[in-house]
Amino acid sequence: MARGIKDQVAIIGMGCTQFGELWNKSAEDLMVDVYMDAIQDAGIETQDIEMAWMGVCFDEVNVGKSAIPFSVALKLPFIPVTRVENFCASGTESFRGAVYAVASGACDIALALGVEKLKDTGYGGLPDFGQTMGTRNRMTLPNITAPGAFAMMATRYFAKYGLNRDEGKEVLAKISAKSHANGAKNPKAHHRMEVTIEKILKAPIIAEPLGLFDCCGVSDGAAAAIVTTPKIAKKLKGDDFIKVKALQIACTSGEELMYTDWDGTYVKTTREAGSRAYAEAGIKNPREEINMMELHDCFSITELVTYEDLQISEQGKAKEDIDTGFYDLNGQIPAQPDGGLKCFGHPIGASGLRMIYECYLQLLGRAGQRQIKDPKLALTHNLGGFPAMSVCSVGIFGRS
Amino acid sequence: MVGITSYGAYIPWYRLQRKSIFQAMGWYAPFTYGIAKGEKAVCNYDEDSLSMAVNAGMHCLENMKRERIGSFFLASTTLPYQERMNASIVSTALDLSPHVRSADLTGGIKAGTTAMLAAMDGIEAGRCEQAMVCATDSRLGKPGGTYEHVFGDAAASFLFGKENVIAEFKGSFSLSYDFVDQRRATGDPFNRNWEERWIRDAGVSKILPEAFAGATTRFGLDPSQISKLCIALPADMSSMGKKLNLAPDHFQDPMLGQVGDCGAALAGLMLVAALEDAKPGDHIVVLGFGSGADLLHFEVTEAIHDLPSRRAVKASLANRMEMDNYEKYTTWRGIQPVEVGIRGEAPAPTALSTLWNHRQVILGMVGSKCMACGTPQFPPQRICANPSCKAVDKMEPYRFADRKGKIFTFTGDMLAFSTNPPSIYGLVDMDEGGRLWMDFTDIDIKDMRVEMPVRLSFRLKYKDDGRGIMGYFWKAIPAEERKEVQ
Repeated sequence: MARGIKDQVAIIGMGCTQFGELWNKSAEDLMVDVYMDAIQDAGIETQDIEMAWMGVCFDEVNVGKSAIPFSVALKLPFIPVTRVENFCASGTESFRGAVYAVASGACDIALALGVEKLKDTGYGGLPDFGQTMGTRNRMTLPNITAPGAFAMMATRYFAKYGLNRDEGKEVLAKISAKSHANGAKNPKAHHRMEVTIEKILKAPIIAEPLGLFDCCGVSDGAAAAIVTTPKIAKKLKGDDFIKVKALQIACTSGEELMYTDWDGTYVKTTREAGSRAYAEAGIKNPREEINMMELHDCFSITELVTYEDLQISEQGKAKEDIDTGFYDLNGQIPAQPDGGLKCFGHPIGASGLRMIYECYLQLLGRAGQRQIKDPKLALTHNLGGFPAMSVCSVGIFGRS
Repeated sequence: MVGITSYGAYIPWYRLQRKSIFQAMGWYAPFTYGIAKGEKAVCNYDEDSLSMAVNAGMHCLENMKRERIGSFFLASTTLPYQERMNASIVSTALDLSPHVRSADLTGGIKAGTTAMLAAMDGIEAGRCEQAMVCATDSRLGKPGGTYEHVFGDAAASFLFGKENVIAEFKGSFSLSYDFVDQRRATGDPFNRNWEERWIRDAGVSKILPEAFAGATTRFGLDPSQISKLCIALPADMSSMGKKLNLAPDHFQDPMLGQVGDCGAALAGLMLVAALEDAKPGDHIVVLGFGSGADLLHFEVTEAIHDLPSRRAVKASLANRMEMDNYEKYTTWRGIQPVEVGIRGEAPAPTALSTLWNHRQVILGMVGSKCMACGTPQFPPQRICANPSCKAVDKMEPYRFADRKGKIFTFTGDMLAFSTNPPSIYGLVDMDEGGRLWMDFTDIDIKDMRVEMPVRLSFRLKYKDDGRGIMGYFWKAIPAEERKEVQ
């Protein structure tokens, strides 16, 4: 029986840049900025880092293939450095590499860094998937975009639970309004303004039934974490660190798309990764035990089904919790206290680490005006791909 | 006995109202006022003559065996490729045997009737048991000219053979002349013509009687016995009735007010329409015109009662969406350039080696079916996608193109590039198993519903103008014929 990852790895330092349309910053700038913040926060120097993982998804035009642009930008001294990519879950994948390295005893201190520089690609929204789906698939698959692929889940959810278009859109609008309220309190967020339900509902349609405010920001940014053993963490930081309680990833077998059992109103990989993460962390009743969540709210509908897939809200009943403010900043389990992908923004390769960064700040009491009272367990949910073909990471973090 | 054993037709869903052409261009071409009546069938943004040919062929092959088809001829003057056999694209999409002899017949609208004769020649010579023809055209008239009003888009298809013949071939007479009524040089998108009165008086009025005289001499055709005369010309030809001793109701309607002059497909479309109303013993004569003429004589047999009803002219005419947006038409036909943005301007290169390896998957919509658990899946898998099966290499080919399904979910995507936004796509659960991620077409987003029945239609999936690539695949369309006004 594998011993799992629980309590074997500590995060001793993190960094996160401003997210947004950073026209004057290059990917190298973002990597160096976030790296300097992270090692300063950890109180270590470059020579202390033994291994490193870098997550970047889309913009090979800006960062380039391999880990070389990363090791060169940071002048890492010929140590093992690996680039990972798993769609929007790439940030958590870089973290997983570093965490596994420390847990295995292969090294004492490792670096995970995620970066994305989307605003040099010329696209509003994510770049085209035409070149990224293999040579055959794109000759047969529709010309899909992320909003379209997730909107298909909203259509299905509305149909299954008997919500007409207006009712469904209003539920989704409340999710986005909540994230905007939180994002307005976050100085590093891409979108720092509150928006009314009315404005959300009146916004132009991006992919039926999702409107502009149902979609997250597309941003530039970087985030990084320094991980080590709890023993070294104690020596370096006293109690000022957090521990990894669980880290799970689930990748689809393809059955959602090629078999007809999946009903299209949930994300199978979230359910799998979530259940395994709870088991690994020893969580029996997530609704009572989890204190905050950073969910992959690429679209409002994603956040809604994730409430259910992570067993916080009952299946088909997330609306009730949304209506009672259960996920608001002052609710029982605040979701996206930092504004989430919706407002903090979504530099693909960085997002998984940005979620962990918020958990880190909240658990250590450093979240400023959006600080939650005394959280003990925080959860991250980092989803890549589309509901019908996805890869999902769930991380659970706790205080030292 | 050699003759027609099945038929099909395809008329695109959109019908451009001719008054909208006049509203847009009448300031420039006031003389078109008189012909700006009725409507003409126009390809959707994702259709061309090749995709229409496949859909007509699908309708023709419904409930028919295709293994013994030994020849396939594609007739058109508007095929997408000058080099790359268009007929081979169509025959692959129709899942015909690779042993089929295929050819493009082109160069003039008479190609439609010449293809029928070529198909029957092979059977009469004993070279093959069955032969198939698709005739299709989507010609462009220049804005401000009469052809823009006259030309319409459509396709017709026939299966020929010796068994279960519904219309026996009685004889033919052909004429070949360099009579340049219309012409279109390579690279020119638009037709040009010589004076219409000369075409009428020196061409049609001389060549058609010569064809009749020839047919009478060669095989004893008696024009007065003709039940339906299909003259493939964009005009009411019943004035010829006196000369031929034929009443006006013996002239098959060329459907100019509903479809327009569909070029190489017109003779076939009229023949299909005649067959839909024919009874045993009827004599049907088809006249293809252009650079000469082909006259074909058929006699309808008792077997016509045994042919199951199929999607042909009547069903296609009933399935229509009125379109009064002229700019939409000129955009779709490439007459008017539009801003396609960063998502539209640089499609990914097409790997032709991949297309070859997966030609049946991509063009024929052939997936796999697990012989262990019976689950159909697309694209074909080696390991079964059924989580409780996962059998390895137990697959057999399984064609989805001929099957129906229901919409599982959908979206209308305004971000994805499409010249007919929003781009509508979603998942379809097939009635006999299998789930497909498909584009939807010939439908408005406001009419989309979960559980709506759909069938598959062959379409132009993408165009890569910079590399000379037309990418074809299948899309889902509503299963039932509908009439709608835009």
